[in-house]
Amino acid sequence: MSGVSGPEIGDVIARIPYATFLGVRAEQRGDELTLILPYKEMLIGNPMLPALHGGVVGAFMELAAIAQLSIATRGARLPKTIDITIDYMRSGKPKDTFARARVVRTGRRIANVHVEAWQGERAAPIAALHGNFLLTADEEPASGD
Amino acid sequence: MAETDADWRALTERIQGMMRFTPHAHALNFSITHVERGKAHGLAPFRADLVGDPDTGVIAGGVVIAFLDHLSGVAAMTALKTPTSLATLDLRIDYMRPAAAGADVRAEAHCYKVARSVAFVRATAFEQSPDDPIANATGVFMVGAAQGKAS
Repeated sequence: MSGVSGPEIGDVIARIPYATFLGVRAEQRGDELTLILPYKEMLIGNPMLPALHGGVVGAFMELAAIAQLSIATRGARLPKTIDITIDYMRSGKPKDTFARARVVRTGRRIANVHVEAWQGERAAPIAALHGNFLLTADEEPASGD
Repeated sequence: MAETDADWRALTERIQGMMRFTPHAHALNFSITHVERGKAHGLAPFRADLVGDPDTGVIAGGVVIAFLDHLSGVAAMTALKTPTSLATLDLRIDYMRPAAAGADVRAEAHCYKVARSVAFVRATAFEQSPDDPIANATGVFMVGAAQGKAS
């Protein structure tokens, strides 16, 4: 909201059409952010089990990383994903899913982020993501390209 | 190994039926354009409500994740001798460049090895040609993930 404190997370999420499409909400306490993916039937990937689509769980964790980074770096531009690795530990039940991202390291241009997604118990994650993201600095022109 | 045209038609129809009955693939309008043993080609059409960055107008990276995961699963399905359920164990995606603004995304997936418990898949997303990729994916799927659970 204010230029000094950087973007509010609600504003970041609301600006991303895909996050709105998924119905993603955010809860922010200080610099700790939890993203919520409310259950909807359209998130199902395996109707027999039923289980959430693994792809949408991955996409949700990527959003959590991007949102956390945009708070941490206070950039007006969204960071760009370079690479991500997703591990699936449990199938996603048809209920609300939560994600929290931790910025492991922020360099001048690259940030490394780790995300976990869970449903019932925080200690029993359904999936995890780690990845590298390119920070697109607003004031600093990209050197060399 | 003996496969007749009828077998392939049945498999293709089964997979296209699966797409219709996979709510998330349906919600994103994914389609399978071609299947053969161990391989699948598909299309994820651009939609304004799937944009990931309003400053660029490019389809969200998350849609590419879901699409590559889905198509990789389909490719693994075509490689199985006996149809069974699959679950993604892990998926790595490298983004070479952003997709073109407003462009549909296509992809090809190749399941190059099926072991007893797992299937290994590579996939590439692009707009025009796999030689100019947007993203590459490597995935490992668990075979028979829902045994004893699903009917």
